[in-house]
Amino acid sequence: MSAHPTLALAGVSKSFGAVRALRDVSIELHAGEAHALAGENGAGKSTLVKTLAGVHRPDQGRILLDGEPVVFTGPADAQQAGVAVIYQEPTLFPDLSVAENIVMGRQPRRSLGRIDRAAMRAAARELFGRLGVDLDPGRPTRGLSIADQQLVEIAKALSRDARVLVMDEPTAALSGAEAARLFSVVEALREHGCAVLFISHRLDEIFALCQRVTTLRDGQWIASELVAGLTHDDLVRRMVGRDLGALYPKQDAAVGDVALKVERLTREGVFTDVSFEVRRGEIVALAGLVGAGRSEVARAIFGIDRWDAGTVTVDGRELPPGSPTAAMGAGLALVPEDRRQQGLVMEMSIERNIGLTGLRSLRRGATISRRAERDRAADWAARLRLKFARLGDGVGVLSGGNQQKVVLAKWLATEPSVLIVDEPTRGIDVGTKAEVHRLLSELAGQGIAVLMISSDLPEVLGMADRVLVMREGRLSAEIPRAEATEESVMNAATRRAA
Amino acid sequence: MTATAAPPGREVGARGARALVDLVFRARELSLVAALAVLVAVTAGINGNFLSGQGVEDILLNTAILALLAVGQSVVVITRNIDLSVGSVVGLVAFVTGDVLARGAGLVPAVLLGVAVGAACGLVNGLLVSFCRVPALVVTLGTLYVIQGLDHYIAHGRQINAVDLPPALLALGNGAVLGVPYLPLITLAVMLAVGAYLRAYPSGREFYAIGSSPEAARLAGVPVRRRVLAAYLVSGGLAGLGGVLWLARFGTVVGDSANGWELLVVSAVVVGGVAITGGVGSVYGAALGALLLTTIGSALVVLRVNPFWQQAITGALLLLAISVDRVLAVRVARLLRKGGRR
Repeated sequence: MSAHPTLALAGVSKSFGAVRALRDVSIELHAGEAHALAGENGAGKSTLVKTLAGVHRPDQGRILLDGEPVVFTGPADAQQAGVAVIYQEPTLFPDLSVAENIVMGRQPRRSLGRIDRAAMRAAARELFGRLGVDLDPGRPTRGLSIADQQLVEIAKALSRDARVLVMDEPTAALSGAEAARLFSVVEALREHGCAVLFISHRLDEIFALCQRVTTLRDGQWIASELVAGLTHDDLVRRMVGRDLGALYPKQDAAVGDVALKVERLTREGVFTDVSFEVRRGEIVALAGLVGAGRSEVARAIFGIDRWDAGTVTVDGRELPPGSPTAAMGAGLALVPEDRRQQGLVMEMSIERNIGLTGLRSLRRGATISRRAERDRAADWAARLRLKFARLGDGVGVLSGGNQQKVVLAKWLATEPSVLIVDEPTRGIDVGTKAEVHRLLSELAGQGIAVLMISSDLPEVLGMADRVLVMREGRLSAEIPRAEATEESVMNAATRRAA
Repeated sequence: MTATAAPPGREVGARGARALVDLVFRARELSLVAALAVLVAVTAGINGNFLSGQGVEDILLNTAILALLAVGQSVVVITRNIDLSVGSVVGLVAFVTGDVLARGAGLVPAVLLGVAVGAACGLVNGLLVSFCRVPALVVTLGTLYVIQGLDHYIAHGRQINAVDLPPALLALGNGAVLGVPYLPLITLAVMLAVGAYLRAYPSGREFYAIGSSPEAARLAGVPVRRRVLAAYLVSGGLAGLGGVLWLARFGTVVGDSANGWELLVVSAVVVGGVAITGGVGSVYGAALGALLLTTIGSALVVLRVNPFWQQAITGALLLLAISVDRVLAVRVARLLRKGGRR
């Protein structure tokens, strides 16, 4: 091992508005070593990756390349320094061919500096050979499954002959065989002196692949240590650092009648034959990988997208396809995944946002009563323990967690019998997260049927009475609370038909 | 764990999907050619004069400048932007070039000046769009009016007359080599050069990458702002060349030449299969789109159809092209999903 780490962060801090994503974090990536980065969702792992990749510039602290301070002004600088990154969400060009995606920026040339398309395709084919996958390099990237997109990303990073390879959850969508292939390729790179940073929510992979592990919690550095002396439990304790029960205050509620019944729901090419029911007082989680079709099912149930076949019944009444108005009338509420784009009108005040779903009920004569609007907002703000200065403030100034509470208030004000929440705690700090969980649990206790879509496995396991798992547009498993574990859910989410 | 062999049929399915996608993209250019052939055949059947030497030459001359602008425009549209100022640039350059020539400037410096003025307009557009991050629609709508105003201010009601221009320039505009007029030849050369650059050069492919996914382009280290700026420089420079050719062709120029052409150019580009959302299309398609629109115009004149219909038909064609694109996109997306590995 050389004296200086190939790439290192020293005392790096990074904030986004009021959110402090990284606080005084240091990490050293050595040549020939695979380094794991562990931490819960929202611990700052992806921010750290983007800092190494030159996407974010640290507010404080330094990036060191071979011991020398460097400044990455953009992704191109980091690539120049030999850093290749596989991002969590594939970043590909849908209109270009698979081969072009892989070699973009470093195309093989022939006479007159023109792109050598044959060599380009051959290079892609060779990379796919090393990874043991069979993809046509000439087809457009559009329409590839998430797993295949991830494989293209991996091939892209491998093609760079990087000195530092950063992988942010590369195996999340891969099958066991594909992941094993990836590991043997990474192992070979590491033996040739490549420094590897590896992020995975599967602890087994960390223990199998990595020599060293750095743990982050809530944006802070917790520990950097050798993997050899650690147990699973040690690592989990460092990542969580608090009593899990407090974060997931699930109370048992009396389970009542079926409130939402979905039968053989199909939207062609998006999801197929989805059937399930949610009873009053139940929290049912819809788990699965990004792109499995979970949000799409929720959108269809709520009438945003039409469905091609099947039925949706709320409290015994069948809903017409493609009508959010009918869905709301029947007692459905949907808290969407992307609260900034779909959940809130960022420019409007807290009270106006909360009032949006009930403009009719706030009407006095022909116009909206400001007083009724304000009363309603004040009522809900108190019930959800919203932290705010004035109800007239724009929602844009609130923290992510409080914005999410405003979205919840907006929908709870419609007094729904079925509440669908899509990624309710994404990007929310831990304290508020626990409050949102407490709230969901209370709502179930009051007899509301809750359908929760979540990619956060501890959240799914901690909150759900039952776990439905989707894989590639189909329901692949229904797991009762007692049998739900990380392994059983992940297996159902990734297992492939033979 | 051993890697399992890929089940047979996967690769075949993917190949099939790819062949179909290729066909669809090439089909756009083929269907334009087919539409042209039908149009020409029908029109010539009704009125034989349509295919006379003069008729064909007129169509080629009328197409040349529109196609030249369409080539520049498609470079911009491929990066998911738009340049609405090209019509105004043609007007300004035609007048300014005519003015300096009438005052006795040399032909070559005057032509270079024209192209430089166009490129300068493109530079302003490009800087505002790429570095100031103002939406392209707003920027180029603004410069459309500013450049038009500048043109009117400089022209001040005057007119450039053909008699004041050097004969060499007018010969360029109306002369021919082996029976083929110069103008379409110039456009053809430019189209082939730009087309080859976009297709065969790494930096050319980056224009498509940017239009396909700006965020992915940024993460891939593509110099997005530089490329977008370059696209506007090309569009502006070609509009400048278009202005010089306009002067050469018509000789007599007042302050508002090519007024309103920007929309005609955008129509040609879209009809030619360049996706308005970026990332897809070719300059060849755009040039064919220009040829089709011009031919329709001429055919309607020959068929003695009320000129009102010409605009309506252009509009209908545009809607048809966009609808076909949409339907095809949905079909292809479905097929690609099926043709994937699983």
